[in-house]
Amino acid sequence: MTAPVVSAVDLAVDYGSGRARRRVVEGVSFDILPGRTLALVGESGSGKTTIGMAVLGLVPPSAGTVEFDGADITALRPAERRALGRERQAVFQDPYSSLDPRKTIGYSLLEPARLHGASKADATSRARELLARVGLDAGAMRRYPAQFSGGQRQRIVVARALMTSPRFLVCDEPVSALDLSVQAEVMNLLTSLQRELGLAMLFVSHDLAVVRQISDDIVVLQHGRIVERGPAEDILTDPRDPYTRRLIEAAPRLDRRAPVESGKKGAPHAQL
Amino acid sequence: MSTAPATAAFATPPRRRIPGFAALFLRKPVAVGALVVLVLLVLAAVAAPLVAPYDPIVQDTSATRQGPSLAHLLGTDVLGRDLLSRIIWGARDSLGGVALAVVVMLAIAVPVGVTAAYVGGRVDRVIMSIVDVVMSVPNIIMTLAALAIFNNSMTAAMITVGVLASAAFSRIFRSAVLATRRELFVSAATVMGLRPLQIMVRHALPHAGGVVLVQASLFAAATLGIQTGLAFLSFGPPPPAPTWGGMVADASKVLATHPWMFIPTGGVIAIATLALGLLGDGIRDANAERFTAPTRVRGLEQNRAAVDEVVPAAEEPLLAVRDLTIGFGDRGALTVVDSVSFDIAPGEVVGLVGESGSGKTVTALALLGLLGGSGRVTGGSIRFDGRELAGDRKAFAEVRGSGIAYVSQEPMTALDPTVRVGAQLIEAVRHHDGCSRAVARRRALELLEAVRIREPERVLRSYPHEISGGMAQRVVIARALAGRPRLLIADEPTTALDVTVQAEVLALLRSVQRDTGMAIVFVTHDWGVVAETCERALVMYAGQLVESAGIDDLISRPRHPYTRALLASDPHGARRGELLPTIGGTVPSPADWPVGCRFAARCPLAVDACRRAPIALVDLGAERTSRCIRIDALVAEEKGATA
Repeated sequence: MTAPVVSAVDLAVDYGSGRARRRVVEGVSFDILPGRTLALVGESGSGKTTIGMAVLGLVPPSAGTVEFDGADITALRPAERRALGRERQAVFQDPYSSLDPRKTIGYSLLEPARLHGASKADATSRARELLARVGLDAGAMRRYPAQFSGGQRQRIVVARALMTSPRFLVCDEPVSALDLSVQAEVMNLLTSLQRELGLAMLFVSHDLAVVRQISDDIVVLQHGRIVERGPAEDILTDPRDPYTRRLIEAAPRLDRRAPVESGKKGAPHAQL
Repeated sequence: MSTAPATAAFATPPRRRIPGFAALFLRKPVAVGALVVLVLLVLAAVAAPLVAPYDPIVQDTSATRQGPSLAHLLGTDVLGRDLLSRIIWGARDSLGGVALAVVVMLAIAVPVGVTAAYVGGRVDRVIMSIVDVVMSVPNIIMTLAALAIFNNSMTAAMITVGVLASAAFSRIFRSAVLATRRELFVSAATVMGLRPLQIMVRHALPHAGGVVLVQASLFAAATLGIQTGLAFLSFGPPPPAPTWGGMVADASKVLATHPWMFIPTGGVIAIATLALGLLGDGIRDANAERFTAPTRVRGLEQNRAAVDEVVPAAEEPLLAVRDLTIGFGDRGALTVVDSVSFDIAPGEVVGLVGESGSGKTVTALALLGLLGGSGRVTGGSIRFDGRELAGDRKAFAEVRGSGIAYVSQEPMTALDPTVRVGAQLIEAVRHHDGCSRAVARRRALELLEAVRIREPERVLRSYPHEISGGMAQRVVIARALAGRPRLLIADEPTTALDVTVQAEVLALLRSVQRDTGMAIVFVTHDWGVVAETCERALVMYAGQLVESAGIDDLISRPRHPYTRALLASDPHGARRGELLPTIGGTVPSPADWPVGCRFAARCPLAVDACRRAPIALVDLGAERTSRCIRIDALVAEEKGATA
């Protein structure tokens, strides 16, 4: 049995302080094995993004632990925690604010690799390699984020996340700000990179359709608690929990039509 | 499907080279002028012994109170001293004092503000408390006290001014950095493992740089006023040493007999102050432009399809749009919507589908006469119920609300957060009905019931932040219904909502449509929403209508390669680990629209003829149109796929 890369054990997170303090995540546990993708699915207020932030060490847990390679990340010394940056990277929702607008793409790509000790030449050649992999040419290195579309920026963010060859990637709604056709491109990229590199991935999304393509396992959250979990296919085809069923049922689908009744018959505003 | 693989299809866009900061700054004549003035003043001050034509304190009793002449370019004062020389020497004291105060202010305020913002928590609270205490100190008294203690030293006064001002500027820099702290690239840097100090120096501080520069130049301008003011009151170097303020004081004594002296002495202070302010503006603008993509504008008379043939609907349409063209920028020179024509029949539910940059939202706003910014309708007609609206503000104002209503994407921003829901609804009802408050309130309750709100009385009394997003969107819909509209334009009405709430709102819109018989135009990018709610859909791409058809035909038998590709990239059909078909490339921006088919560069079926000339929208019968000349190939591929 392989050891999990990342585990959350009985994780709880509180926001606010004093009387305004409230629990937004409660009793959440999961393991992510090497090469596997776990999807956290839920609506706004479900705590899915907060869990992603806690796993990245961006918000402190109020109870429970987040473990990386079996070690509790909250117990690490600052230097050890920073060293984790090499193993663990993130892709956030908004490609427009994920890149520093005042830095060239080359700078943004080289920064993580240089920080973790790569030589300038090595980092540059890796950046070129990754840019090619995400479908951009090396000329992009000299440009600024404003010169790229949202989809291109999100691909650059993916390339940056892979610069240090991490083993674990958190993707927080990575495509929900993108157009449909661009969304498909970025999802394809993430899906194939995940397989090629054997990444462990935590994929946070509100959209079950998007999750279908990439995830091995799904955890469904409501109000900060897990309501259902299991292998992706099982959850999507045979949801047990009524909330999961509602989520799946509510998503508008191409193959479902409303009974088209021509409103022309009714007298305008007959009832109002 | 034979679309190109996602990875190979992208080259970095070759266009849009963003000029450097210097180049952008040089394009601002006013700012460059201000910089030149300041540089000349500083150079003159530094090289005063070389450039000043006379000794500033030597008196020439033969030439007192003179106006400008060749010997004395700016004239002389009451003691016959050359004014130009005195201004040049005086600049040393005035500009030097200002520079000292600015340096002191920045040296304190930048590190304090950045540290407070970035470290946060208790450190922030302690620093800000100290800042508050310093800000409560009366500046003028402290500065005068410094002059008294340090033997009338202007240097001490300027340092005091800088120290005292640093408190207020710490606050400004702190909030500038706080704004960047919430940016995702700072989160990304934290995850990456950067130290807090590195994040501050590399990412947070450069972001606040524009604010720092602008504030520094404004502070410099204000400090020049303080410095010259103190000199005017005879603080600082005693006479006969030349100071700008002292010279104004001298001029004021002989105002009646020798008014000229006021002009060069007061003028130099005014010019220097103005130049500092304008320089700050220029730096800020150039800095901001550097990191935002510029928009290029090309002439209006570009590639337009010769004639768009559109078959009018059999019934008299409620809304008839013909060749609607919308431009942005100077006189609408940048066309973003190009000759769009369609009809909406009474009671019809139509989807307007497209991705960002397709022009769908701009089209929708034009139907309401609500184009923002520099947008304007540059051609075509919008007829509602037989009445021409395009270019007629009054007609739009009469139709808006009562004829055509609007529901936007963000319910929370559509409602005024400071006014109770009830008051907003009643206002809308009274605007349309002109009835009494009591009657309007009754109707507001009816409207809330019509949008299936269970406790209408309670919601009427609530403020927008007290109700959920789904509830807020129902309220917005209720308000839209207040004028009994015959057409509702719903711009992505459910995109900001959770899926379960979205399903409820869509069901609500459908039932309201059934009850009232109004027509709805759904502006959306979501095929699922279109499929479940619309009878017909219009697909837009790069400012043009590319296909329109009944919803079943459109989804099962698309007749434009773009529609087909967009449908295929819908994730609902995805399987674990399989890749979705993608379109590749990007939507051309309005400045780069090609002559021929705008989708040709991304189209697997494109041939030379597609690129050569504009493609017209062709009627395919059965109430379908498509802007494609390769429909035969498309149909052949479709048959091949099903066979």
